[in-house]
Amino acid sequence: MSSLKSSSPQFLWTPVKALWWRDVIRFLRQRNRIIGALATPLVFWLLVGSGFGPSFHNSGSSTNETYLAYFFPGTIVLIMLFTAIFSTISVIEDRREGFLQGALVAPLSPATIPLGKFLGGTTLAVLQAILFCVLAPLAHIPIGFGQALLLLPAFLFVGFCMTGLGFLVAWPMDSTQGFHAIMNIFLMPLWMMSGALFPMPAGSGWLYWVGLLNPVSYSVSAIRDALMIGTPLVPLSDYLFSLLITALFGAVTFGVSYYLVAHPKKKT
Amino acid sequence: MNSHDAIVIRDLTKNFGERRALDHLTLSVKRGELFCMLGPNGGGKSTLFRILSTLMQPDHGEAEILGHNVVLEAAAVRARIGVVFQAPSLDGKLTIRENLLCGGAMYGLRGKELEQRLRDAVAVVQLEERLNDRVETLSGGLQRRTEIAKCLLIRPELLLLDEPSTGLDPAARLDLWAALENLRRDRGVTALCTTHLMDEAARADRVGIMSAGQLVALGTPSELTSALGGDVLSLTTRHGADQLAQRINQHHEIVATVVEGEVRIEHPQAHELAARLAAQFSNEITSVRVARPTLEDVFVARTGRLFAEQGNE
Repeated sequence: MSSLKSSSPQFLWTPVKALWWRDVIRFLRQRNRIIGALATPLVFWLLVGSGFGPSFHNSGSSTNETYLAYFFPGTIVLIMLFTAIFSTISVIEDRREGFLQGALVAPLSPATIPLGKFLGGTTLAVLQAILFCVLAPLAHIPIGFGQALLLLPAFLFVGFCMTGLGFLVAWPMDSTQGFHAIMNIFLMPLWMMSGALFPMPAGSGWLYWVGLLNPVSYSVSAIRDALMIGTPLVPLSDYLFSLLITALFGAVTFGVSYYLVAHPKKKT
Repeated sequence: MNSHDAIVIRDLTKNFGERRALDHLTLSVKRGELFCMLGPNGGGKSTLFRILSTLMQPDHGEAEILGHNVVLEAAAVRARIGVVFQAPSLDGKLTIRENLLCGGAMYGLRGKELEQRLRDAVAVVQLEERLNDRVETLSGGLQRRTEIAKCLLIRPELLLLDEPSTGLDPAARLDLWAALENLRRDRGVTALCTTHLMDEAARADRVGIMSAGQLVALGTPSELTSALGGDVLSLTTRHGADQLAQRINQHHEIVATVVEGEVRIEHPQAHELAARLAAQFSNEITSVRVARPTLEDVFVARTGRLFAEQGNE
């Protein structure tokens, strides 16, 4: 029998911490995952960045921003998305034939599994994003103390959102193939239509509305604003607004995840 | 409910679309009993396991574990039972020790208490030397022992085991059963185990046999086999088994049935009958086998089918 009442806050925290720690350790012990989540966006950034570079002109920006620099925040979001996908896709098999089976028959609050998973995924996504920032000088993006101060909260919230998106797709899934399908028809377009690859047109038109309503747009702009590229200097309020929307979106993904775990499908 | 019962199942029914996985199942398991639910794949025992371990809700009927309803009081049930899954609920990338620490944390255990319980649990399954080995490098038997150690951390009053012998060699199976018997003796732990292996079921205190979602037999292994009324005589034939069975039924006051191309007869004096039939139908019969009845024979007698003929779940 457990030594703590399952309703005490301490009881929630102990298993959450264990699940969180487990996700980080697992990731660090699978070096190919670290490389996989980092290498694809990196190659993408270098190839697409170099290829589009000469023909790129951002009408919204008054400076001669290179495409490599423009694409930098979008690449960070892609790295975080990939990291989050790798850490949440494991849920599909884990809950059927792995460690999570045991968690599902333990007297846990329905918040435990999503919370542990979100914190684990966020930690990994933030670490990968920081690792990628080492390449900022290649795109002539200076990262000083000020940028770092703004980047960290942006990374935390964006990591949380990306993990949330991954968890929402993975939890109801029966197979990893299904996850890949959703990733290609839903998650990748969400990223492409976020201003990550190209500036979303201002004014009107469907692309404008897609960009406005797409929560990932705010992830990209929070990071872009934090890097303060695209001068004249972005006012702090722009950054804070993007951060707020990102935080709200993260809260929504967590709320829905909680609901999914608390109300399992009858047929499972 | 009787306070001597650890598990009480009443009229339990579960459908998957058109298919009925559990069909008005009623059963009770006493405290301290080692109970085996035997059945072929698709017989409904996995569904029963999932309902008892609170992972699935029945459509109809109810189940109580240690006095708590598995649907209405799932948290109370979960705090008292240890569940051993067919595919062990372990993380291959973590060591045995790390798996146990994480597993204990799921029950709010931590610090010194968790360390103490961890030492106790690994001692029961004799894994002290392997604590720092990664689970993915262990054999199936060691993984199963790790899984059991993880369950023991919570000091369960009852263990639910789903096909625990899957992937184990015969020696590891013996170890597993020795561990279960020790737990029952030292701590009064009740165990319900599903299996499709006859020899495993034969070690239990009582056996329930399931087929098509129904309980077709229930009793101690010796009660079940002795109820068959003698030994089992199996004949293979040169021509049709059906024809031979028919002729035997005409000439003798016995019941010969055909199961998978063989003529089967249960008879108190099977040896004498074997000699008589071999002489009488010497042109037909190609082999004669007389054996003590096994649980498989009980299954055949109750369902008219061989174990292997059942579909997959």
